[in-house]
Amino acid sequence: MLLFILITVAFSAQAELVAIPPLTNQITDLTQTLTAEQSAQLSEKLAAFEGQKGSQIAVLIVPSTQPEDIAQYSIRVVEAWKIGREKQDDGVLILVAKNDKKMRIEVGYGLEGAIPDLIAKQIISEVMSPSFKQGDFYGGINNAIDTILKLIDGEQLSAPLEQNASTNLENMLPLLLIGGLVFGGILRSIFGEFLGGTFTGGAIGFLAWILGGGILMAIVFGVIAFLVTLAGIGGIGQLGGLGAGFGGRGSGPFSGGGGGFGGGGASGGW
Amino acid sequence: MQKFTLKLMVVLLLLNLSGCGYNTFQALDEESKASWSEVLNQYQRRADLVPNLVNVVKGYALHEKEVLTQVADARSRVGSIQVTAEVLNDPEAFAKFQAAQGQLTSALSRLLAVSENYPNLKADQGFRDLQAQLEGTENRITVARNRYIATIKDYNIAVRSFPNNLTAMALGYKAKPTFTVENEKAISVAPTVSFEDKK
Repeated sequence: MLLFILITVAFSAQAELVAIPPLTNQITDLTQTLTAEQSAQLSEKLAAFEGQKGSQIAVLIVPSTQPEDIAQYSIRVVEAWKIGREKQDDGVLILVAKNDKKMRIEVGYGLEGAIPDLIAKQIISEVMSPSFKQGDFYGGINNAIDTILKLIDGEQLSAPLEQNASTNLENMLPLLLIGGLVFGGILRSIFGEFLGGTFTGGAIGFLAWILGGGILMAIVFGVIAFLVTLAGIGGIGQLGGLGAGFGGRGSGPFSGGGGGFGGGGASGGW
Repeated sequence: MQKFTLKLMVVLLLLNLSGCGYNTFQALDEESKASWSEVLNQYQRRADLVPNLVNVVKGYALHEKEVLTQVADARSRVGSIQVTAEVLNDPEAFAKFQAAQGQLTSALSRLLAVSENYPNLKADQGFRDLQAQLEGTENRITVARNRYIATIKDYNIAVRSFPNNLTAMALGYKAKPTFTVENEKAISVAPTVSFEDKK
């Protein structure tokens, strides 16, 4: 009974928090404050900037963040959205809580130098707040974006499309699969189906483990390699497809690049 | 040949399981240390801001001696505590650290509350800049503390749950202390201090 009560309390406490909307566009306006045209204009500007400089900037307008403080809600949003590039951490979120009359600029780790808290505070009090007071939300956001873009433009960041060379498992996967197949084929011809498969499975599992895939992942890989070698090269077609599925990075709708945030930025009201 | 296969399987199994959570401890231990460093980092940043803030406030509100002294005292107490990663394995030192930082937090909020009474101080650009920086730092501290609490939770779960707890016992990994509410009484009272300009 007590457990039940605890669970209900936990759930109702969670339900009270404002949900984080999915990230599909640079501009997420849950209050219909901006017209579709204005939204499209801002998205286009931000998308162009991302193509040129690489940094991701997103705008979110919600009715309210209650019962959370705007800063608490904001950090939850950026932890979910992960805007900005991985390792560059160059994302910025402009959050407006319309009914609370509060706004926040949340700055990613990599841009804390370009946009220190002080500057973020100034953008809020000198650029956004005056426009918002007159009801001109588009103007305030647009000018804030322009200021932020200018600040980021002066910062040395790596080129936009450059993929950081990292040896994580996803990148290694195709190599692991092809290597495993060749290796498995050789072992199979020497030791026979079962033993060759066992060797290959073990080796692949071990490799996956060494490369940081975790034990479960390693076992899964090992078993796959074992089965594939057992079955022979016939499975190669399917595996090729699997490898390709991991390789491509989705373009199309806007999504976060894995940027990290540490609570930098500033909040304010109007 | 059959026996050989069996032996091989055993070796592979051992490699895959890698001994009951040992690697998990290593990973989580490092993670908790990293998140702890971030907490220290942000507290340090706040401590660095305090002398400037005190100086600016002094210029306008010299007769608020009591509050200013409190801040200066709390600041020097924070500075006198030696913090290393070892604090994590010593609940007593951890509690001391937390208490000192808590005192600085409340002394600073009192200072900001007092500064509300001085329009000239509030209008001072230097003060406003410091206030913005302090606000940002406090927010970073909150984020860093929350992340530390989350990593410690993972670590403590790993240390205490079966069968990892056997490994933990054998190797001397203990549950680590985490942040608690500093002053329950103070929190149950609605705060009267606001960072925002009242308009």
